[in-house]
Amino acid sequence: MKHDFEPKIVAFVCTWCTYAGADLAGTSRMLYPSNVRVVKFPCTGRIDPVFILKAFQKGADGILVSGCHPGDCHYMAGNFHARRRFAVFRKLLEFIGVDLNRLEFSWVSAAEGGKWVEIVTELTEKIRSMGPLTQFTDLNDEEQWSGALSNPELKAVYDQV
Amino acid sequence: MSRIGVFICHCGENISRTVDVEQVAQAARQMVGVTYACDYKYMCSDPGQTLLKKAVAEHRLEGIVVAACSPRMHEKTFRNAAQAAGLNPFLCEMANIREHCSWVHDDRVEATAKATDIVHMLVERVRKNKKLIPITVPVTKRALIIGGGIAGIQAALDIADCGHQVVLVEREPSIGGHMAMLSETFPTLDCSQCIMTPRMVDVVNHPKITLHTYSEIESVDGYIGNFSITIKKKARSVDMAKCTGCGVCMEKCPQKKIPNEFDKNLGFRPAIYVPFPQAVPNTPVIDREHCTKFINGKCGVCQKVCGPGAVDYEQQDELIVEQVGAIVVATGFKLYDITEKPKGSAIKGYGEFGHGKIPDVIDGLTFERLASASGPTGGKIIRPSDGKEPKQVVFVQCVGSRAREKGISYCSKVCCMYTAKHTMLYKHKVHDGQAYVFFMDARTPGKSYDEFWRRAIEEEEAVYIRGMVSRVYQKGDKVVVMGSDIAVGVQVEIEADLVVLATAIQPRDGADTLAQKLGISYDKYNFYSEAHAKLRPVECATAGIYLAGACQGPKDIPDTVSQASAAAAKVMTLFSKDQLEREPIVARVNEKFCVGCLACKKVCAYGAVEEKEIRDRQGNLIRVVAYVNPGVCSGCGTCQATCPSKSVELDGYTDEQVMAMLETL
Repeated sequence: MKHDFEPKIVAFVCTWCTYAGADLAGTSRMLYPSNVRVVKFPCTGRIDPVFILKAFQKGADGILVSGCHPGDCHYMAGNFHARRRFAVFRKLLEFIGVDLNRLEFSWVSAAEGGKWVEIVTELTEKIRSMGPLTQFTDLNDEEQWSGALSNPELKAVYDQV
Repeated sequence: MSRIGVFICHCGENISRTVDVEQVAQAARQMVGVTYACDYKYMCSDPGQTLLKKAVAEHRLEGIVVAACSPRMHEKTFRNAAQAAGLNPFLCEMANIREHCSWVHDDRVEATAKATDIVHMLVERVRKNKKLIPITVPVTKRALIIGGGIAGIQAALDIADCGHQVVLVEREPSIGGHMAMLSETFPTLDCSQCIMTPRMVDVVNHPKITLHTYSEIESVDGYIGNFSITIKKKARSVDMAKCTGCGVCMEKCPQKKIPNEFDKNLGFRPAIYVPFPQAVPNTPVIDREHCTKFINGKCGVCQKVCGPGAVDYEQQDELIVEQVGAIVVATGFKLYDITEKPKGSAIKGYGEFGHGKIPDVIDGLTFERLASASGPTGGKIIRPSDGKEPKQVVFVQCVGSRAREKGISYCSKVCCMYTAKHTMLYKHKVHDGQAYVFFMDARTPGKSYDEFWRRAIEEEEAVYIRGMVSRVYQKGDKVVVMGSDIAVGVQVEIEADLVVLATAIQPRDGADTLAQKLGISYDKYNFYSEAHAKLRPVECATAGIYLAGACQGPKDIPDTVSQASAAAAKVMTLFSKDQLEREPIVARVNEKFCVGCLACKKVCAYGAVEEKEIRDRQGNLIRVVAYVNPGVCSGCGTCQATCPSKSVELDGYTDEQVMAMLETL
């Protein structure tokens, strides 16, 4: 089935659980939408919130962060650090105006190929219905602003200053 | 780096069925920095690897992307091939276009586009990859064993027999642990001391084993291969070098009425004592709490009678430092003391069983001492209250164990078997006696275990009553046990002479404190956690530390000995190399930028981050920065994501590499 809009999804995963879970989905020949691009980390604890901003900036429409289940971290507590960090980070994203539905967190273990497929499929459908994320790409365009005050509102502000 | 080679694998038809590999190769040739791209049917095969090696030489490649299966499958294969071709193995990356692409998508156009994207990401990543050199750390081939019970003894002997130095530390004045206290062992009923004491002697006579009894671990520094252990040798008040073990001091000591802990307070010992006659080392220790000389200075008999002049009242606690490469923790267990409700604990006591108030209600270990030929009664089973032979004995299983409402939900594993053994020992000694057992389930898995339990019922005529005991109380000189028989559905009341409670097995007191010193994890009951419940059952998550025996969970003697030998084998594997080599995926601190906030130190689960002082030439302290010890770092990267000044970098997963990948989106 073809769609008008194919969202770009980036998945930040840990190598021990979710990456292995995605591998299992592969070896089990489960099918899911091809929109996701996986970036592998040793642990979710390594994932800097800046990467999420960067991905949004470079055109990702939705982002998935996934690691080991609480208590199963290969590095003992990395996923707890990640969870705490992203709990705070979500507030920041909300503040700058990103719809939090575009960012999903989950735990997928190395044995949960099916769960990986479910999460990726659901997220793709959700983002597809939400449409593209344009705030960041618009900002990119503005950064290369020519100097012309094409927007009357902008011109009014400029004149006031 | 700009001379990248891309090698795309068909994986037979596994990839090429859904991904147009030629098109991906063509797209790869257009990518910035790619010098060479090709596709081949089986990249991992010998001709495939030869093709890769040839291409590296021919095109002077500086980095490789192999687009094939998951790196979890063949990363090592291709990194080895890269190394054989003269490249640093960490300049080779794998693009997973099989598990993450061809196998999970059916649309050829979409799959080809995704495969191209994946290859592009990895090409950008490899451009930022740096050469990494595997880290080597020297190994001190000496092992520390904490705990001198059967687990510690077995591990120590195995390692020492292999030719390595062993340091064995025991908290009590003698090694032997709980096994030395047991009378006979299931399922063979052989005498515990007969099989235990020769091993204890082997330990003290072994030229490779250094024994520190009456000693505790003060602190632990270092990491796998290079631990530095500070041991506190408590003052024995007897010079071990001079003492001949003649025992005159113990005979002459006027303090004779101190309850003997080894006999579970059934017998008495003097203030200068060895815990039991076969103690190793056979050197007495002065119990300073009860010794008249230490209480009011008015004795000193032992010093006067000691021929070699070994008694030394001035002796002080001593700190000694030992360098070791591996640690085996074998601290064992204690029995759940139900006489009092532990303060501040979620575990509730068993006041209704009268243990501690009624003298004829005892625990399993006390019964062992009663039944032991070397025990306070010489193996005669008598009531602690009046010394009479008990004619009716009630055994209660699962006291504390499997009682969620009381706070302990686990099964203590050995009680079913040792209670069956107790009924037999009792019957062998009191022929006209009758044993009753209250039990929830009989759990007897193990070689010859179920047969043993059946023998207790069928041949030794123990009466097993399935049900719980609600109350135990004194009535005249009898102890009444009230319980239920759920098989028949009636209340049972037995007027017993003696009640033996199979109380739960718990980790030793101070197990949590020791774990914190060692940096190993423990569960909510303070049992030490293994790295993996199935595949790494004797290793701790902390490298170089291994577990043996009941400190990891309730265990019987055969399981304990097996685990101790397994831990010893792990230690010997570690000691088989002079240098430890490990993947160089570790964090590094940029000292120029580090502000010394040490946020990284707080999040590091491995204690790999240390404080490093930067001093000028005069030796004045300029500032403190973080330093990551590469021998300890496990490479999770949590410190890097936490660092506010971005001055920690995890090799192999640098910000630069990740950002380069994200740039391709």
